[in-house]
Amino acid sequence: MSNATIVTGKTSSGLVRRGLIEAFFAALISFGMFVLYIGLKTDQNIHNELIIVQRWGLLAIFVAIAAIGRFAVIVFLRPHLDERKLSKARSGELEISTDKTFLQKHFLKFALILMILYPMIVVGIVGAQGSLLYVDNFGIQILIYVMLAWGLNIVVGLAGLLDLGYVAFYAVGAYSYALLSTHFGLSFWLLLPLSGIFAALWGVILGFPVLRLRGDYLAIVTLAFGEIIRLVLINWTDVTQGTFGISGVPKATLFGIKFDASADGFAKIFHLPMSSAYYKIFLFYLILALCMLTAYVTIRLRRMPIGRAWEALREDEIACRSLGINTVTTKLTAFATGAMFGGFAGSFFAARQGFVSPESFVFLESAVILAIVVLGGMGSLTGIAIAAVVMVGGTEILRELDFLKAVFGPDFTPELYRMLLFGLAMVIVMLFKPRGFVGSRSPTAFLKESKSVSGSFTKEGHG
Amino acid sequence: MSTLSSDTLLKVEHLSMKFGGLMAINDFSFEAKRGDITALIGPNGAGKTTVFNCITGFYKPTMGMITMNQKSGKTFQLERLPDFRITREAKVARTFQNIRLFSGLTVLENLLVAQHNKLMKASGYTILGLLGIGGYAKEAKNAIELARFWLEKADLIDRADDPAGDLPYGAQRRLEIARAMCTEPELLCLDEPAAGLNPRESAVLNALLRAIRSETGTSILLIEHDMSVVMEISDHVIVLEYGQKISDGTPDHVKNDPKVIAAYLGVEDDEVEDVIAEVEHLEGGAK
Repeated sequence: MSNATIVTGKTSSGLVRRGLIEAFFAALISFGMFVLYIGLKTDQNIHNELIIVQRWGLLAIFVAIAAIGRFAVIVFLRPHLDERKLSKARSGELEISTDKTFLQKHFLKFALILMILYPMIVVGIVGAQGSLLYVDNFGIQILIYVMLAWGLNIVVGLAGLLDLGYVAFYAVGAYSYALLSTHFGLSFWLLLPLSGIFAALWGVILGFPVLRLRGDYLAIVTLAFGEIIRLVLINWTDVTQGTFGISGVPKATLFGIKFDASADGFAKIFHLPMSSAYYKIFLFYLILALCMLTAYVTIRLRRMPIGRAWEALREDEIACRSLGINTVTTKLTAFATGAMFGGFAGSFFAARQGFVSPESFVFLESAVILAIVVLGGMGSLTGIAIAAVVMVGGTEILRELDFLKAVFGPDFTPELYRMLLFGLAMVIVMLFKPRGFVGSRSPTAFLKESKSVSGSFTKEGHG
Repeated sequence: MSTLSSDTLLKVEHLSMKFGGLMAINDFSFEAKRGDITALIGPNGAGKTTVFNCITGFYKPTMGMITMNQKSGKTFQLERLPDFRITREAKVARTFQNIRLFSGLTVLENLLVAQHNKLMKASGYTILGLLGIGGYAKEAKNAIELARFWLEKADLIDRADDPAGDLPYGAQRRLEIARAMCTEPELLCLDEPAAGLNPRESAVLNALLRAIRSETGTSILLIEHDMSVVMEISDHVIVLEYGQKISDGTPDHVKNDPKVIAAYLGVEDDEVEDVIAEVEHLEGGAK
């Protein structure tokens, strides 16, 4: 014990010195990195000429953040963490504790109840009109990504097939609904399953040529597939109207009740004041139900032979073949099932927006969905849902942070830093949780007790 | 087939496998009898694993015929079937030289994956099972019972809920055999099951293989370097060198075959006759 105090006492002045030196280097490096990106900005002046705007103040803020952050880590955070680790080791307290708290045990139930009550709480606090922002931008937007990520999870997380073109199925679903409803007037409830089936068909069509590919090769071909679908949507102008997109896509109805101002609209029937909030709340419950369907089917499938075969395929394809599993059909069903949920989400998206265009189905979307799956922990529904809340909710919050303008000046638009912050957040999460938020998997069958399998044993799949 | 007697389980005729210019197996023929433990031995690089890969469909042989004759009288031409159908229909299961377990799945799940085809049928190819119609629940229970049976046989019942990758090496070997047995095969092909095992684990393995044969009537074809395993449990030994068969018979016959001794001790070709003469002389002296 005395030894330790001597060590800390001896170094405390040395620690500050080291902190200052490291802070200086951090400042130097961040200056070098940011001087061209943040210090200088190209802009147009009133004569439409290209000029360089110098932003030394903003640059100074960035550099100062880096230096102060580094200093704080060296002088305060690290010694604190070391001391905590040491005292834990002394007291013999182990990191692993097997008993869960009440909250941990019932986390999923609480989360579901909270989701069901969410629109009512929001309406209760900010009123029907004010709830639009929270229900639509946060609730629906996040849930769409939860559903997409859960769908992709079947392909990437369970079957271990890296798919970089998932957004293609989302596009197929959206355009199926947009085209069939505007041209033939079919209802949302008929087109929802149809869009899923169309997307699943495209999943099989993609599946066939890529069956023999693995790893990087598979990723590249799926990426190309996503681009092909988008380019077809842009160039097949007779049907898709190209980059103009399809507007006036009919809204979804609740058992035939429309959400508009007409006499038999939702508001009139229930004698409520007219508001667009009802439709948003309806959409919220609709996408929540679709998410629950995805989760239910995924959980059930994992306990069925096909789900086990997917996971076995991720672990070792050759061993699968030696056990009589037809890997071709197993991969195809994984592609088709994942694509089907993408299609559902797509038709929902079209009904919500009332407008679809190829702009919504760029590669970045695929990347974001894949990032959510990886960040959440491949195969874990809970982890993926948390990752979707963090990634998509985080983006939406950035739009709302007006006070940042007070700090960084009136020109500062936080949305533009979205990708920077995204990348930063991903690097940090992957450093501390390399297997995602939830890295372990729960077994699908057990004899005595169900022990979760640590992420160090599961494989990521190789294509 | 007229030449196939009912106690022949597997008949390999004129099997050849060429990789580019390399003749890995050259006109290799043998028969494995039903209920026998047949061992395939030979120096490193003799082509033993290649023969296995041809039998189990992982390679398509350049030439030759591989006939599987089931108990029911059904015959299969294995060289024409894709690998997964060899396990599913012809009932030939295999293990691998470098263990291939599903390390992220639990021990029990590994054994359930092996019963995939049976369970797929019971679950109405997933659709009926998803809706909760039909006998999937009952069949799933039976599958767990079969898994429990093999876990007890392989002495893994206490580790049933642990990830397969967490097992010690010897236990992983036994689990791979148990997993192959869960496909309910008529012929079990084991590629060096005793590799890396200590003498005690080898003895446990021998007991397991004997139990498999006596209790289920499954015939076993194994590649092995560990002579204590080969000589103790096999009924029939085939020796392969440079892709060709050099000896075929009972363990005692093979043990004393001068060609085998030459292959293992590495005698020059022209010295083989000397060795043969020496062995004959010794045998004569013993008599």
